[in-house]
Amino acid sequence: MTEKRHWLEHPATQNFLIPIFAVVLSFAVGAIFILIVGQDPFQVYSVLFSQTLGNSYGVGQLLFKTTPLIFTGLSVALCFKAGLFNIGAEGQLQIGAFMTALVGMYTVGVPAFIEIPLLVLAGMVGGGIWGFIPGYLKAKTGAHEVINTIMLNFVAAALVSFFVTNVFNVPATVHTPSIAPTGRIPRFDAVFSGFQGSPVNFSIVIALLAALFVWYYIDRTRYGYELRVVGLNSKAAEYGGISVSKNIIVSMVIGGAIAGLVGTNYVMGYKYYFEEGFSTGTGFMGIAVALLGNNNPFGVILAALLFGMLEYGGLVINTMVPKELVSILQAIVIIFVISSNKIFRKILVNFLKKRTLSIND
Amino acid sequence: MPYAIELLNITKRFARTTANDDITLKVESGSIHALVGENGAGKTTLMETLYGLYQPDSGRIRIHGKEVSIRSPHDSIRLGIGMVHQHFMLVPPLTVLENIVLGAETTRYSLLDLKKTTAEISELAGRFSLSVPLDEKVENIGVGIQQRVEILKAIYRKADILVLDEPTAVLTPQEAVQLFKILSELKEEGKTIVLITHKLNEVMAISDRVSVMRKGKIAGEVETAKTNPQELAQMMVGRPVLLRVEKAEKKAGEPVLAINDLSYVDRRGISLLKKVSLEVGSGEILGIAGVEGNGQSQLVECIAGLMKPSSGSITLDGISISGLTPRDVFARGLAHVPEDRIKRGLVVEMDVKENLILGLHNQPQFSSRLAVNRKSIMDNARFLITKYDIRPVDPDIHARGLSGGNQQKVIIARELSRNAQVIIASQPTRGVDIGGIEFIHRTLVEARDAGKAVLLVSADLNEILSLSDRIAVMYDGRIVKVFPNSKVEESELGLYMTGSKGDSQMKAVGS
Amino acid sequence: MISQIFSLAFLAQTIRITVPYSLASLGGVYSERGGVVNIALEGIILNGAFCATVGTYYTGSALFGVACGIAGGLLTALIHAVISIHIKADQIISGIAINLFAVGITKFVLEILFQSSSNSPRIAGLPHIHLGFIENQPDVANLLGNPLVLATIFIVIASHFIIFKTRFGLRLRSVGENPEAADTVGIGVTLYRYYGVLISGALAGLAGAWLAFDQHSFTDGMSAGRGYIALAAMIVGKWNPLGAAAACLLFGFAESLQIQLQGGGLPTQFIQMIPYVATIIALAGFIGKAVAPGADGIPYEKEK
Repeated sequence: MTEKRHWLEHPATQNFLIPIFAVVLSFAVGAIFILIVGQDPFQVYSVLFSQTLGNSYGVGQLLFKTTPLIFTGLSVALCFKAGLFNIGAEGQLQIGAFMTALVGMYTVGVPAFIEIPLLVLAGMVGGGIWGFIPGYLKAKTGAHEVINTIMLNFVAAALVSFFVTNVFNVPATVHTPSIAPTGRIPRFDAVFSGFQGSPVNFSIVIALLAALFVWYYIDRTRYGYELRVVGLNSKAAEYGGISVSKNIIVSMVIGGAIAGLVGTNYVMGYKYYFEEGFSTGTGFMGIAVALLGNNNPFGVILAALLFGMLEYGGLVINTMVPKELVSILQAIVIIFVISSNKIFRKILVNFLKKRTLSIND
Repeated sequence: MPYAIELLNITKRFARTTANDDITLKVESGSIHALVGENGAGKTTLMETLYGLYQPDSGRIRIHGKEVSIRSPHDSIRLGIGMVHQHFMLVPPLTVLENIVLGAETTRYSLLDLKKTTAEISELAGRFSLSVPLDEKVENIGVGIQQRVEILKAIYRKADILVLDEPTAVLTPQEAVQLFKILSELKEEGKTIVLITHKLNEVMAISDRVSVMRKGKIAGEVETAKTNPQELAQMMVGRPVLLRVEKAEKKAGEPVLAINDLSYVDRRGISLLKKVSLEVGSGEILGIAGVEGNGQSQLVECIAGLMKPSSGSITLDGISISGLTPRDVFARGLAHVPEDRIKRGLVVEMDVKENLILGLHNQPQFSSRLAVNRKSIMDNARFLITKYDIRPVDPDIHARGLSGGNQQKVIIARELSRNAQVIIASQPTRGVDIGGIEFIHRTLVEARDAGKAVLLVSADLNEILSLSDRIAVMYDGRIVKVFPNSKVEESELGLYMTGSKGDSQMKAVGS
Repeated sequence: MISQIFSLAFLAQTIRITVPYSLASLGGVYSERGGVVNIALEGIILNGAFCATVGTYYTGSALFGVACGIAGGLLTALIHAVISIHIKADQIISGIAINLFAVGITKFVLEILFQSSSNSPRIAGLPHIHLGFIENQPDVANLLGNPLVLATIFIVIASHFIIFKTRFGLRLRSVGENPEAADTVGIGVTLYRYYGVLISGALAGLAGAWLAFDQHSFTDGMSAGRGYIALAAMIVGKWNPLGAAAACLLFGFAESLQIQLQGGGLPTQFIQMIPYVATIIALAGFIGKAVAPGADGIPYEKEK
């Protein structure tokens, strides 16, 4: 019973290796695209890395792009732990960010130590409500959350579009008036001069705290335990006295609330208002981030950094290859991650088999 | 008479078991041949091999005297073999007609020629008294009719060999009678029929010959007219060395678990529990014997709060637990070892230590509102792993990585650690190795000696006989017989289990 | 007012919007009836539009362009099919990845070929058939005489027969509902699932070609959520070709109403919401529950 397993066979090793394998492979495929354009892949990639990681401005841009990806990645990851596929982070972040802006514009004169938590909370409530709807529908009617969250993304987009073009907008724009000055989250360059000009701000601290929360909640509390049991085996959950429908609703609400925090980066830390179309698929990218991060909060941070780097990196390589190379890379990473779970394990099994055979010879 | 089917030296191994071990079975053309045996004896595997769903590891197959190779159902259908699976292979939203023709469609101008097909099928249906509503969707018809659809499906494909796997398991007695009439007619028409079953009265009523399987082997083959249920029951259960458990005689205490007139009717209106009454006293093991699918699962799930009974009462220590949630039932003092450990009892992708607190995770020693107590969860795991000899000794390994026996020990360890007054153990040693079986049996007897009330449900007669203080037999949703002690012949039990004896409603109350 | 709204021009507008929805939605029906969830419709439309544009631009032949659109759709669907059916990976994630890939690859190649990441040069539209009536409204006449409009109407009706009245349709439905049962009667589950996904690729690719010809060029992201609306229509139409087409017509009607009413009456955003809200309601079962095929989205594992 205690036969020794090859270290490659341990799930933890595989969970770690598969994403790396997928990323390396997609960069290799990306190289083909670069060659097609007639450029040198090594040169393009070295520019990509040096311009994003090599100076503090680049790092600042990268971190600014990373922050929202951490939120949406966490949102997807937490729901995934409960066996739910939250494709609705995009809609949740729209509603959440809009709520932040809305509360922010009507609460002028409130001191910062109240205003900032208030606006953060507003974002969470907005996102939470938008997560509650598909959660409730799934728990009560069995309607699949995938379709409902996709549909709610569009409903959210239309809804905020209506409000920022007709009701709460600065005339002739599609954005809201500015939030109260006390609700602003300071930028890094206000503290560290090296980040001069880059929009990165302290909302990234909120993102890191959110990751810490998700880790603690899932790994260290009884609620997280229940959520995981529901996600892994709902019949065992039922048997163990755990309410499946309650957990479905709760995790969608928390997932939505975390996605709703995206507004802290843009609305509270960057533009100080909500603008229609401010998010370009951050919610969808959260799926990729969660997947690559293996639904682990710390993995999500790392994956968000990579994707953040790619998002900003597209701009720095644009003179050499079309910046869309990064979208292609991101897509291929996702395809490789979902495929390599099967393929990688098969290769591994064959490799180990051969190895054992050769030892036995 | 020539043989329609000859299975010669068939062996089929799976990862951990040998389902068919060098089996030779010959079925005469135009006969009804019964294949009987306990659950897991290998009957279904053998027939699915014939049907091409499995490839045998060794052995040969001859159909009507000609050696054949059957690689897929495609081949077997071509050879005139039809199979009615225990779980019907029908497509619910399609109509009866569509289901029958699926894969063997007639087309006209590339459209399905339903007119011609309807006429053909109506003719077939008339000939074999298999009336079915052709235009109704399968999801809207009862199981009895669905079965006819399956038979028609096979006949429509010109099957002259028909295999039926536990065909009466889902039927009412009236429907079963109807089915037997149909089978007789099919035989009159010259079809060869193999009937997989474990109900001996059915065997006696309809078959020409019987083959008995036990643990992957053929235990005997006889002409039905020259045997009797007693002999068959004996062949089925065999006479292996009984795993005797050291067990002191003990007088049962006050009844702790009391069930009165419990009934359960499922969504389709089929009665699965019919006024079941029983009591289990402290310090007693009440064994429920029976072939699976006779209401045992529903009985257990009703008690454990996983199903809501339609009527009747369940009390634990005099307080009603009927209709409570599983959480509340646990709180009232019930421990439950579920029959399907992978589907219900464990979360195989979780650590052993986390599995050891499932359903206990809300208790103050394991978690507060703010955090789980990792140290006490780990201590609990270490303690139980040692106490129940769970291997490997690793609280952090996923439950998937454990053998069946050790997985079962995890569940038993957890359930006994509840310190509940009543323990329900459903198929506690299924798929468990000999060493594990002994350990689990000893554990259950120790619990009984410590004054717990144990309700043991098992399809394994040896287990029932060696552990129980009293034995109740379930058949067709009822308790058909209660033996006041375990001094009873297996074949006697077999007769009750297979419905050959004891049709009157019994109440397993008092001792 | 009413007559103004329900003019021939309005009808033409509605048809113009409905055609790509219907084609893609029917594509969804084929794919999901066979048991493969196809969120990739959006990306397939985009790639179809792109290939149609490029094909037409370089050959000057609209017919060749249409063929390229279909081929682009097929190729994109093939990726989804391999990932979903062969590798048995998550179909939803595969679809999302393909949509992302389509956005990237079309812009990437656009830039290489035409040095612009936003739009292609102008291409000619489809030739049309002279119907010989309503000649006083050439726009409308041209639209109604557009071979793709006629083809769409034909495909919608034919699909109803293909799915419900032919051997192919019966087998396709059986692998989507209960692949195990299909397998026991000797039907190749993998083969039929490939058929379903590939047909969806051809149809959604055609939808893309329509968009390109209608607009006389390719612009980046021109699928603009149509794949998702097609998906919504498929659900509201309960996975039936006629139902899906009817839902598309309803959505197209609402959308052209929105264009007509621009600046007055109901805010346009609320009309935009109609398809999505209708889908949510349909899924929740408030107006007769929409139930997906039994094995939709579940890879078929043969070995027990």
